[in-house]
Amino acid sequence: MPMEKIEFEATPKTPYLMVDPKTKTIVINGRSIPENTVQFYTPLFNILDKWIAEKIKDKITVTIRLEYFNTSSSKCILDIFKKLQELHKNGATVDITWMYEKDDEDMMEAGQDYQTIVGIQFKMVEVEE
Amino acid sequence: MNLENIFSIYQAMENSGIILSFKGDITSDLLTSVLQIMENRLDSFQEEPKIKKKVYHVLVECLQNLYHHIDEVPSYTNTNGKDRSAIFMIGKTDEGYSIITGNYILNENVSGLKKRIDEINALTKEELKEYYKQVLANGEMSLKGGGGLGIIDIARKSGEKLEYEFLSLLNNVSFFILKIKITNKNN
Repeated sequence: MPMEKIEFEATPKTPYLMVDPKTKTIVINGRSIPENTVQFYTPLFNILDKWIAEKIKDKITVTIRLEYFNTSSSKCILDIFKKLQELHKNGATVDITWMYEKDDEDMMEAGQDYQTIVGIQFKMVEVEE
Repeated sequence: MNLENIFSIYQAMENSGIILSFKGDITSDLLTSVLQIMENRLDSFQEEPKIKKKVYHVLVECLQNLYHHIDEVPSYTNTNGKDRSAIFMIGKTDEGYSIITGNYILNENVSGLKKRIDEINALTKEELKEYYKQVLANGEMSLKGGGGLGIIDIARKSGEKLEYEFLSLLNNVSFFILKIKITNKNN
């Protein structure tokens, strides 16, 4: 059973989230500051877990552009990267782009920190506000 | 409440540059509204993006700390009730912004929290950065939130020492006050 595409519009506390199982594309864009972060990211975790179980070897394209995220989101984002790292180890090609606004050093550093912790190289892209 | 007291409260707030204050139950909807109001305010002050982001970020963590970690204590006003109420204030002066929160805490949790803040206050900017990364990488994910990352992040974004006070009350309860400053100076 192929999984359905997920698409959540952005809200004041949650980002736009899109996961397309067909093209293996993941997009997260906006601010991630919900009180219950785990609940928000669970659908994405479920798809990643399914891909891990199936040992898929496709190319997975991930684009993350966050304006703000709270500390509970930072844990969830790390979990996403850990799952992507596992997919990478299983033989998938994982292509991660981390976008941050010009002059937003904190967001740039956050991207660098994730690269160090997870051990996957990101494409770091500075964007105009 | 004595009506004259209202003016004293108003004046005290005015003198401290309080731009927003709230006392009551901390709910998710309340946080959404307050964050929205503060975002508009910061825009109207034409604050530089860096300061704006810092204030917003610290505010999110402070308010969500209140939301997640408040201790339920026996009510002072209603003998059978429980109190989950808190207070917070956001102030603006020439030096920058301050965020003050106040909430009840059980006495048994005081020494742990005090120790934690003192430890964080003792760290340099670089050490805080490393500590954050370490807790992020190794910390257990809790259902409530970031597993202790919040207060480290607040200290990191603020760049100033955290000021706090524990007022001892009756029934093994204290009132915890935390003040975070975000100054205009480069940090």
